[in-house]
Amino acid sequence: MTNSTTVENQTNLVDVEISTQIAEGESVDVPRQHLLDLDDFSSQEITELLDSAEGMLEIVGRDSRKTPALRGKTIITMFFENSTRTRVSFEQAGKILGADVINVTASASSVSKGESLLNTVKTLQAMDIDALVVRHPHSGAPYFIARHAAASVVNAGDGTHAHPTQSLLDLFTVRNHVGELAGKKIAIVGDILYSRVARSDIIAFQKMGAAVVVSCPNTLLPDEWKPGSTLDESAGFNGLKLAKSVDEAVDSADVVMALRIQQERQDAGHLPSLREYSDRWGINSKRLSLANDDALLMHPGPMNEGVEISSEVAHGAQSVVEEQVRNGVAVRMAVLYKLCAQGKSTRIGAG
Amino acid sequence: MEAIKLAITGGRVIDPAQGIDRVADVLISDGVIQEITEGSSGDVPSGFESLDASGKIVSPGFVDLHTHLRDPGQEWKETIVTGTRAAAYGGFTTVCAMPNTDPVQDSAAVVDDVVRRAGADGAIRVLPIGAISIGQKGKQLSPMGELADAGVIGFSDDGNPVTDDNLMRQALAYSVDVDLPIINHAEDKKLVAGGVMSAGAVATRLGLPGAPVEAETVMVARDLHLADLTGARLHVPHISTLGSLVALRSAKECGVDVTAEVTPHHLTLNDEWVYGLNGDVPAVVSVEAYDTNTKVNPPLRSREHKEAVVEALSEGLIDIIATDHAPHAATDKVCTYNEAAHGINVLETAFASVFGLVETGKISIQRLIESLTSGPAAILRKDLGSLKKGFSADVTIIDPGATWIVEPEKFESKSMNSPLGGVQLTGRVVTTIYQGETVFELPVEASVGSGAGK
Repeated sequence: MTNSTTVENQTNLVDVEISTQIAEGESVDVPRQHLLDLDDFSSQEITELLDSAEGMLEIVGRDSRKTPALRGKTIITMFFENSTRTRVSFEQAGKILGADVINVTASASSVSKGESLLNTVKTLQAMDIDALVVRHPHSGAPYFIARHAAASVVNAGDGTHAHPTQSLLDLFTVRNHVGELAGKKIAIVGDILYSRVARSDIIAFQKMGAAVVVSCPNTLLPDEWKPGSTLDESAGFNGLKLAKSVDEAVDSADVVMALRIQQERQDAGHLPSLREYSDRWGINSKRLSLANDDALLMHPGPMNEGVEISSEVAHGAQSVVEEQVRNGVAVRMAVLYKLCAQGKSTRIGAG
Repeated sequence: MEAIKLAITGGRVIDPAQGIDRVADVLISDGVIQEITEGSSGDVPSGFESLDASGKIVSPGFVDLHTHLRDPGQEWKETIVTGTRAAAYGGFTTVCAMPNTDPVQDSAAVVDDVVRRAGADGAIRVLPIGAISIGQKGKQLSPMGELADAGVIGFSDDGNPVTDDNLMRQALAYSVDVDLPIINHAEDKKLVAGGVMSAGAVATRLGLPGAPVEAETVMVARDLHLADLTGARLHVPHISTLGSLVALRSAKECGVDVTAEVTPHHLTLNDEWVYGLNGDVPAVVSVEAYDTNTKVNPPLRSREHKEAVVEALSEGLIDIIATDHAPHAATDKVCTYNEAAHGINVLETAFASVFGLVETGKISIQRLIESLTSGPAAILRKDLGSLKKGFSADVTIIDPGATWIVEPEKFESKSMNSPLGGVQLTGRVVTTIYQGETVFELPVEASVGSGAGK
């Protein structure tokens, strides 16, 4: 990065920097239409995306950060589920890159029939959009949309399946602190059964060579996952360790990630009470002390302080929760840039 | 009607009810079977028209104990006309119509209407199934006596399990009087807990809510115990789990009056089909995944359960094959997996899909045909499913060497919700004869590919 440039020159420089990245990327980079999950990414492609996010992060930190990289591109965020941070993060990312960002919110209940979802997509498609950023309560909804849309589809979280941009920002955040991800121990504690973050993070961290271990009440694990075992290839998350206790999971970890526990898990009988969960699985200073001294504490948000994470550690020295949010914008810029500027974004009007 | 005399000549006649498997001629006159000759001399008796079946298998017409015709009430999905034509296409000459229509078949009036219209417009025989409870609501018993008089062959709240243990007990006990089977869709909805496919590695990978196999097994076990208690006849539909088979075996050994069916899809497909790649397990989830044409209830199970039901059918623990043909409109399937309706189109592909099990040596052709003919006829206690002298001349002729690609858009059924679209199958029904009349004949252009690729 050049530090000697004056502020007024920076906007122009952005173009130069981004162009340089494209040129560097051409030798190894694969054009990509969609981001649905990270399972079809190689570690190299992930690394390139994170490298690109470094540049983006630098842009985010500037006083004047509007860039024309995606000028003339239209991005629609379609959120069928409540979200503040992810939606705003995508909107911010798109706008910094100069794209026009339109937000569509719809409750899944009002669009309860798939034909309507299909028609919604086709209607938006007819307006010559470049990218659809989709959050949906049903697993696979972005795949369904990708089958029917010509635009790039970005999965902003589908049901209990995947949340790839969260995983990218998690990787990015950890990498910024520890450098090489390979060989690091990542402990994920929480609602594994219902967590799309857990699924995508397991895949993402494993791809980068990290060892992932999870812990939660047995009621929040898939039936076929047995505490004390390691998953094999047939389970689809090859090498994932299922800890017998949270202490075992956290022990000597480089990263401790707490996942949100929702009241409805207690209501559905998965938990005796949030109080007992907090007592037995909540991440507090005592538990965190079992991890490496410089271990990072992460949470995808929103946090239930006092349940899965104590306020003390959530805002403590090891917490990188706010950094995750900030990094989220940079990572999503890198994703949108890759799909819309580099990828084969095929607008109907252009065809 | 002018008397039709037909000789089906030179085919391999397989009639399990009579233990027949030989090349012979089948003589039909006045809509009934007259004779199966000792051999096939090539001579056709005078006055008989001849239908050459050499190289083909000649079977009794298939009998399906579990069909959804959607009529009355959901005619946009299927009607008696299209459903029976689809059945004839698949080689079926008798189908038993599930009562989850609108209105529900819980009174003689509704059953009479179905029977009357099926007789007038149906391509083949339709036997009605009555509801176990009024409106299939699981609260109050349906008038089983009245329904039996109207001709129902059993009782089912299909799709709606009878969750109330005591109502199930009373239904079984009451049915003893009319001596007809209770067919309960065994599924503990509390255990299903919103699951849309069978729990396991595939569901976990796809993040789809999974229902444990035990959701079926526990209710099958309950039903078997209650059948034992009451001495009633129980028929277990679409059995699909290892645990259900263990319970079934134990009950049969104890003398419980129980029979069971398995669907062609539970015999041939597993949960890996939800990946949308015809059973292949991809390294990465592709945009073809979440194939809603694999959403069915009970859900497709894992490989080990699939192999277990095949073995159980082969040895006779599972008595018969039934289709659970469940047609749906396209809009019911062009959506997310969670939203998609349960059920797939089966009638037209049923035989060919299970014939693959014969090709791979998993089951004998005799047993396969038995499970589609005399097996279900025995549960119905009707003179069907065999080529015995005097039986209705219901005959299905199969080309065992024909290979064909499933094209749902060409189905006779109104619906196209088949997971087998584009899949190549071997073995094809070429002619279906009902009461001595040809109700389906494979068009010549469609049969051109016969034997291709062999």
